[in-house]
Amino acid sequence: MDTTNCYHCGDDCGNTIIEFDEKNFCCNGCKTVYDIFASNDLSYYYDLQSAAGTTPKAVEEKYDFLDTSAIVERLTEFNDGNLQIVNLYIPHIHCSSCIWVLENLNKLNSGIHYSQVDFPKKTVRITYRTSNISLKDLVTLLARIGYEPYISLDDYDNKKKGADRSLIYKLGVAGFAFGNVMFLSFPDYFDLSTSKASGGEFWLNQYQDVFRWLMFTFSLPVVFYAGADYFVSAYKGLRSKILNIDVPIALGIVVLFLRSTFDIIFNWGPGFFDSLTGLVFFLLLGKFFQQKTYSFLSFERDYKSYFPIAVTRIVTGGNEETVQVHDIKRGDRLLIRNEELIPVDGILIEGNARIDYSFVTGESEPVRKVSGDKIFAGGKQLQGVIEMEALKKVSQSYLTQLWSNSVFQTNKSDTFQTLTDSIGKRFTITVLSIAAISTAFWLYHEPGKAMNVFTAVLIIACPCALSLAAPFTLGNMLRIFGRKKFYLKDTVTIEQLAQIDTAIFDKTGTITTTKESVATYEGMPLTAEEESLLKNTIRASNHTLSRELYEMLSEQNIVTLDEYEEHLGKGIIGTKDSNRMKVGSADFVGEPQIEGNLNTSVHISSNDSYKGKFVFHNEYRDGISNVFRTMSETLQLAILSGDNAGEKARLEKLLPKLTPLYFNQKPEQKLEFVKSLQHQNKKVMMVGDGLNDAGALAQANVGIAISENINVFSPACDGILDATKFKQLYRYILASKKAIKIIKVSFVLSLLYNIIGLYFAVTGRLEPVIAAILMPLSSISVVAFTTIMTNILGKKIDR
Amino acid sequence: MSVIYVLLAISIVVAVFFFIAFIVSVKSGQYDDSYTPSVRMLFEDELVQKKATKKKDSIEDKIQLNKQL
Repeated sequence: MDTTNCYHCGDDCGNTIIEFDEKNFCCNGCKTVYDIFASNDLSYYYDLQSAAGTTPKAVEEKYDFLDTSAIVERLTEFNDGNLQIVNLYIPHIHCSSCIWVLENLNKLNSGIHYSQVDFPKKTVRITYRTSNISLKDLVTLLARIGYEPYISLDDYDNKKKGADRSLIYKLGVAGFAFGNVMFLSFPDYFDLSTSKASGGEFWLNQYQDVFRWLMFTFSLPVVFYAGADYFVSAYKGLRSKILNIDVPIALGIVVLFLRSTFDIIFNWGPGFFDSLTGLVFFLLLGKFFQQKTYSFLSFERDYKSYFPIAVTRIVTGGNEETVQVHDIKRGDRLLIRNEELIPVDGILIEGNARIDYSFVTGESEPVRKVSGDKIFAGGKQLQGVIEMEALKKVSQSYLTQLWSNSVFQTNKSDTFQTLTDSIGKRFTITVLSIAAISTAFWLYHEPGKAMNVFTAVLIIACPCALSLAAPFTLGNMLRIFGRKKFYLKDTVTIEQLAQIDTAIFDKTGTITTTKESVATYEGMPLTAEEESLLKNTIRASNHTLSRELYEMLSEQNIVTLDEYEEHLGKGIIGTKDSNRMKVGSADFVGEPQIEGNLNTSVHISSNDSYKGKFVFHNEYRDGISNVFRTMSETLQLAILSGDNAGEKARLEKLLPKLTPLYFNQKPEQKLEFVKSLQHQNKKVMMVGDGLNDAGALAQANVGIAISENINVFSPACDGILDATKFKQLYRYILASKKAIKIIKVSFVLSLLYNIIGLYFAVTGRLEPVIAAILMPLSSISVVAFTTIMTNILGKKIDR
Repeated sequence: MSVIYVLLAISIVVAVFFFIAFIVSVKSGQYDDSYTPSVRMLFEDELVQKKATKKKDSIEDKIQLNKQL
C-alpha cells in the first residue's frame, strides 16, 4: 500500500484518495476547505505550514441555538445591534498558518471587519457586522474551514473577567522607584562617612536633603502600594495565629521605612531607601516568576464547560425550539441529535440510544438503551436522533449534584502550609530573640546605640533571599514540567507532589487509552476464504464495532457480496457464493449467552456453525506495568474504576501483586475513598480523566488529569498530564522531591548571608551601603543557584 | 550649582514619562499576549511578495471587484 498523505490535514488518505487541483485529499471535507481557501486567495495557508488543517465535522443544526438573541447577547463582548465583537475559543489553533488564516477571515466574508488571534490562549476575537453575517453564520463558517469554536455552558454563565495585571503594575512601580532611588543614593555612596560637621564634600552636603527627600518620595508608593500585599498577608497570618514568612518581611519593610524616615528627619544619615525599594522589587520579581500560567488550559473546569448552552425542545404540535439548558423543566421533551450531549436525567421516549458514558461513569463501552429506559446527564448520544423526557433540572441531575459537595468550594492551596511558611515561623522567632538580646546588651553598655542595633537587626534579617528560594526553584520547575507536557496549576502543587505517599488511578481513559481497543479472537481458526468473507461483510456495516474490527483485520481483496442483511441491534449477515456468514451478538449467531463474560464480544458463525468470537479489550497505555512496578516501591497504589470487573484478570497480571482493585465505583464513592485515606494521614494523589473522577481529583492532595488532547475538556484538577507522558509520571514525582531539596539547600545559603549581615547589625556597624550590597547580592546568588540546579534537574528527568 | 535642581527635575520628568508609558502599555493589553505579534509581524511581507510574483493581474482585478461590492 502506498501512503498518500492528505494535502490539507496530513492524515493518511487510506484507500480512498480524492484528487483535486493536482493535490490529494483524504476526504471531501478536507477538499472543500482547500477549495474555500484556494478560491479566496488564502492558499498561502499551506505555504506557511504544510498540512496544517483539520477535517471539518458536520455541524448543520448544531449551532441553531445561536439564533436566539438572548444567548448571542451573553456570548458577545460588545453588541450594539449592528456591530458585534465575540471572543471565541478555538482548540485547533496550533501553528502560524492558523493565525494567518483566522486573521484573514475578512477575505471569506465581507461582513467580518477584523479578527485577532491570541495564540497562547487559543482564542480569536472577531468584530463583524450583523447586517452581513450573524454569529451563527460566523461559527458555521469557522467550523466549515476546520476551526470549530468550542462553546459551552461555561461561556454562557461566566462573563469574561479582565486579566489581573496588578502584579505587573506593582512590579513596575517598585522597579521604577528602585532604579531612581539607586541613582539618588550615589552621592552618599561616594561620600562615605562625611558630613557638614566633619567637613566633607561641600556640594554633596549642600544638596543632600534634596536627594534624601526625593528618595523618601519615591519610596512612598513602594511601601504603600507595591508592598501592600505583604502587610495584608502578614496581618491575615497573625489573625489566624500563624507566623508565615510574610510576617518578618512586613516587619522588615516597616522598620526600614520608619528608620530611614527618622534618619533623614533628624539628619542622622541617608536612610536605607535603596535597600527598601530593592527588597520589594526583588520580592515581587519572585512572585511574578512563580505566577506561570498556562493560559490555554483551565484547571477550574466543572461540568459547565462540558455541557452545551442549549438543546432542542419539542413543543406541542411537533415544533422544535431552542431552549437554554438552565430553562429545561421537568417533563420537557428534548431532541438529542447524533454526537450531542444529554443535558439532564430523563427517560428515553423514542429512538435507539447508544450512549457513551465513558466520561461520566468510566464505563468503557457505549450502552444501548431502548424506549422507556432511564438515561443520565452527561452521556453522549452516538448514533441517530433520540427523543427524551426530562425528569429533573440540570443542577439536580445525578452527575451535576456532585458539584454541590463542599470540596469544590475550598481552595487547596490556601490551607496548605508551604515549606517557606513553616520555616518562616522559626525564622521570625529567632530574629526577634536576636534583636531583643542584642538590644538589651547595648542598653546596658551604650544606650544611645540600642535603637540603632534593634532596627538594624530587623532590617538585615529581612528574609528576602529566603523567600525567593521557593518561588524561583518551583517557578522554574513549573516551566520545565510544562515543556515536558506536565502542566501544573501552581507551585504549591509541586510541594504537595513531593509529599505524596499514595497514588490512586482511575481505569478507563487513565491507564487505558481511549482511542484504540484491541480485539482478540477466541475460537476455531478461520480459513482464508472465511476471513475474506468476514472482512467484506463487516465492510458494509456502519456499526462502531464493525468499523473497529474492520480496521484491525488483515487486508483482504474487496469482493462484492451476493447478499447482505443488517439486523439492527443484532448483527449482520453476508453471503458470497455458497458461504453464509453471520456476525453479531451471541443470540443472533446461534450460540447461547456465555455467562460471566463482561467484555464486549462479536460472535461469528459460518454456514450456521459457530466459529468463535472477537473479544474487545481495553488497550492499556504503553509501559504501564513498568510504571506501576517502580511506583510501588515507594508509593501505595490502588485502582478505582467506575467500570465493571471485566478487566480484573488482565489488570491483576499487569500490575504489581496485591494492588487493590475496586470496580463499579460511583463518583461520590471515589471521593469518599480518597477522604478516608486522608483521615489515615495519607497524602493522596489521584490520577483520573473524566467527570466521574472530578470529586476525587478535588479531594485528593494532588489531582492530576490525564488527557489525550490537552485542548479538550478535562475536569478541575491541580495538574494536567499529556497522555503520551504517562510513563514519566513517577520521574516527575521524584523530580519534585529533588526540587524541595534544592530549596532547602538554598535556605542554608541565604541564612549564611543573614548571619554575615547580623554580625554587622549586632555590633552596631550596619552602614546603609553594606545593606545595599548584601541584600541584592544574596538575592541574586540564591536565584542563580536555584535556576542552575533546577535546570540540571530538568535535564536529568529524561535520562 | 543650583542647576542641579533643573537637572534633577529633567531626569525625574523623563523617568516619570517612561513610567507612564509603561503603565499605558500594560493597560492596553500589550503584555497579555507576547507570542502572537511575533508571528504576525512576519506575515504581511511574504503575502505581498507572493501576490507580486505569482498571481499579478488577476488578483488586482479581484480586489477591485471586492471594493465595488
